[in-house]
Amino acid sequence: MAEVLPAEGLLATSWLLIALPLAGAAVLLLGGRRTDRWGHLLGTGTVVAAFLLAVLCTVRLADVEGRSVDVDLFTFISTGELDVRAGLLYDPLSAVFVLLITGVGALIHVYSIGYMAHDPARRRFFAYLNLFVAAMLLLVLGNSYVALYVGWEGVGLASYLLIAFWYTRPGAATAAKKAFIMNRVGDVGLALAIFVMFAQLGTTSYEGVFGAVGTLAGGTVTALGLLLLLGACGKSGQFPLQAWLPDAMEGPTPVSALIHAATMVTAGVYLIARSAPIYDLSETARTVVMAVGALTLLIGAIAGCAFDDIKKVLAYSTVSQIGYMFLAVGLGPAGYVAALAHLLAHGFFKAGLFLGAGSVMHAMHDQVDMRRFGGLWNKLPITFGTFGLGYLALIGFPFLSGFFTKDAIIEATLDRDDWLGWTTGGVAVLAAGLTAFYMTRLMLMTFFGRPRWEDGVHPHEAPPVMTVPMVALAVGSVFSGALLVAVFPLSDWLEPVFGEPEEAEHVIEPFIIGIALTVIMALGVLAAWLFVGRREVPVTAPVRVSPVTRAARNALYADTINESLFMRPGQWLTRALVWVDNRGVDGAVNGLAAGLGGSSSRLGRTQTGFVRTYALGMLGGAVLVAGALLAVTSG
Amino acid sequence: MTLTYYLVLAAILFTIGAVGVLVRRNAIVVFMCIELMLNSVNLTLVTFARATGTVDGQIMAFFVMVVAAAEVVVGLAIIMSIYRTRRSASVDDANLLKY
Amino acid sequence: MNEIVIGGGETVAFWVLGPVALAGALGMVFSRNAVHSAMWLVTTMLSLGVFYVIQEAPFLGAVQIIVYTGAIMILFLFVLMMVGRDSSDSVVETLRGQRVAAGVLGLGFAGLVGAGIARATEGLLGVGLADAQPEGNIPAIAESLFTDYLLAFEVTSALLITAALGAMVLAHIEREPGSRRTQKELSRARFLTERPQTLPGPGVYARANSVAAPALLPDGRTAPDSQATGIEPQVAEQMPRPTGREQLGSPDDALGTLDPAPLDGPDGAR
Repeated sequence: MAEVLPAEGLLATSWLLIALPLAGAAVLLLGGRRTDRWGHLLGTGTVVAAFLLAVLCTVRLADVEGRSVDVDLFTFISTGELDVRAGLLYDPLSAVFVLLITGVGALIHVYSIGYMAHDPARRRFFAYLNLFVAAMLLLVLGNSYVALYVGWEGVGLASYLLIAFWYTRPGAATAAKKAFIMNRVGDVGLALAIFVMFAQLGTTSYEGVFGAVGTLAGGTVTALGLLLLLGACGKSGQFPLQAWLPDAMEGPTPVSALIHAATMVTAGVYLIARSAPIYDLSETARTVVMAVGALTLLIGAIAGCAFDDIKKVLAYSTVSQIGYMFLAVGLGPAGYVAALAHLLAHGFFKAGLFLGAGSVMHAMHDQVDMRRFGGLWNKLPITFGTFGLGYLALIGFPFLSGFFTKDAIIEATLDRDDWLGWTTGGVAVLAAGLTAFYMTRLMLMTFFGRPRWEDGVHPHEAPPVMTVPMVALAVGSVFSGALLVAVFPLSDWLEPVFGEPEEAEHVIEPFIIGIALTVIMALGVLAAWLFVGRREVPVTAPVRVSPVTRAARNALYADTINESLFMRPGQWLTRALVWVDNRGVDGAVNGLAAGLGGSSSRLGRTQTGFVRTYALGMLGGAVLVAGALLAVTSG
Repeated sequence: MTLTYYLVLAAILFTIGAVGVLVRRNAIVVFMCIELMLNSVNLTLVTFARATGTVDGQIMAFFVMVVAAAEVVVGLAIIMSIYRTRRSASVDDANLLKY
Repeated sequence: MNEIVIGGGETVAFWVLGPVALAGALGMVFSRNAVHSAMWLVTTMLSLGVFYVIQEAPFLGAVQIIVYTGAIMILFLFVLMMVGRDSSDSVVETLRGQRVAAGVLGLGFAGLVGAGIARATEGLLGVGLADAQPEGNIPAIAESLFTDYLLAFEVTSALLITAALGAMVLAHIEREPGSRRTQKELSRARFLTERPQTLPGPGVYARANSVAAPALLPDGRTAPDSQATGIEPQVAEQMPRPTGREQLGSPDDALGTLDPAPLDGPDGAR
């Protein structure tokens, strides 16, 4: 890692990036109803201001030597051995995330002004969104694992609050709890990793940990890597903790776009990329990361093919795409840049897709069942256009963003040239075809074919405040890939973090892979047209389907497995513990108390209140004394 | 015949008084038993005064009588007032001071 | 020091009065009637008083008889009469095992203390008080009491005063001023009842004027109003009286005549 300089000038004010949205959230939450009229404008304003500041800071950062600055703020925790400074690390990796979060965040804030216009709790919504942005920025800007953890929990809280935004719906409340609990499972891993760092290294700052991680035993490093991976899996919805993310779509659509597609769920990728020095030392941990990524991207792609809920299809698509990113970061130095490029591109097109889905729902009276859509392309022209561009970018249509970034990941995977590379690469190629299939199915069911609308639905295009962000994101979806790979290479920008990009030896020429992937993509589209587009879409889902479809509809039984493997044994364990506590622990304590109480009340019975009984005792005592005296004197 | 006889007689009287306190329930009779015990002690004191050749024992017996008189007066007054409120002179009826 | 010699007279007195004192003590404990108990105790105390006199303490003997046996026991009897001499103990022991335990402990105590005293003072004769009280018992006691024990003696007076005051306070019944009804009020209250007149006294044929005897009405029935409350009524003893016409005979027979001469005399006049 390059030398980190203390921040000066404009960069020293980068704490404002976090403070602005946090202040917005505080004002909106504490201000109450008084802020109802202008709350959404304030919420949007803070994020837009943060975005402008982030652009300025990043431009300044480009001129700083080493392109990394440290902003020391204050002492967060100070105990005998542990001294945690609260500080920020503004380096190229943080800058990329800050720009993504504030940029996409600002667009989605603007969109939300229109989307939530009729919701009475719009102010609360913007307060939570601002809270999320602040926490997410702390997550990516913190200069230590503890700061990251604070942000990590903050985004978890914001996610919980926003999934349950319509908390009167039982589904939303349950989904929020599910997300929260499954996130906690991952957070245990992250917390344990931080504990291990402190116990073994005595520090939790990135600088200290990465400087000393080489001195640790191999097993410890692997354990650290696996624990961090568990944390990343929980936050990013990766196998085996992927089940919460589709359910999280119960929240408002802008939330799905911002938190559960573009930013928060990519925090796991950030964590692993940030911990690159740890993973570089552990081949095992990286292999596990790759395996998790490959498995998840396949699961997400399969499940995405079966659902009829437009947001759930997009959610499984997110799971799958983050699987690609995990696969890439698992590759090590060869894949970090590819993963981050895909992350940025995905942030654009998936946010755009979700906003488009929100626009469709807006037009269809909050209907999410794709079987009730159809023929919307001429009713919602702008939505159709932006959604279509996002769709093409996602399936990897040549020269759109997904084409560049996904190809780079598959290339890098195949370049490993070993069994792991070939297996996971093969899975990734297969999933690329599946992606084309399910996204084409979604497009066909939503925008083409005969209208299958419910009675009384009159689709209309969304207001400009919603369409403008969609257009902006569509533009990003189209050009970001080319921009990041060819025009303004991300690898150069990230060089201070991940080092000089090495010229890989290609096993297969990149253009061959590009052509092959295009062909596979075309096959997926063709298959979708054959299965879905050619015939009439039934309004209700067919019941008699193959076992494969049934499994896919149940998301490969992830919930069932979780329940039978963890929930029920957990319940049994809890009941057993409660029993032991009630009967064993309480029994011992209560028994002791009852024994004492009983014996004391039994002793108390000797106090009869009859003065003659007491006198008898006195005489008994006198007899004893007399006997003792006699024994002593005569003895 | 020695002074021991007086002392043993006093011990027996004392014991009878003590047993009387234990077995009788009429508060006035219990009082009389206590008087008997005091009297037996007086006998002991007088006997030892004679044995040691000083009048101090007699003085002690004299004080015991004074204290006994005071005690009887107050005790009987207490019995009277208890009898007035409870219509009973049995020591077993006043047994509220317990567990 | 010369040991005194206990003479035969004292031995005889001891063996006579000792059993009497023991019998008095036992009688006091075992009498069911409280008055009998008091009488038994008086016996014991008198015996002890004699013992004091024999043992060269005539002053204490006199005090024992006058103050103890006389005054204090009379006080006991007064209280007994006020509380009710009928309140004799029931035979049933309410406390389980109390009598047995008291007996066993009593025997044990008497045995232990008696044996201890017997062992410790075997053959004790003492020096006697002839040297200690050359001018007699009372001057010796007085000298000791007003010199060595003066403070205790004075404190005793405080004790007696306190006891007297305490007894007064305890035995005193506080009445609200004005709570006692005047004669006028009582009279008015009586005339508001159904019977303003006095309760009936003993009837004409009554042979007793005890409060336990009910009054008799002229027809020989008892008058329930005349019976005192709280007393079991005695059966009214009545003078024999004729019932029915045959027994009564003619009114003249019943009434008799003032003039013993027959009405239809020989002179036939009247």
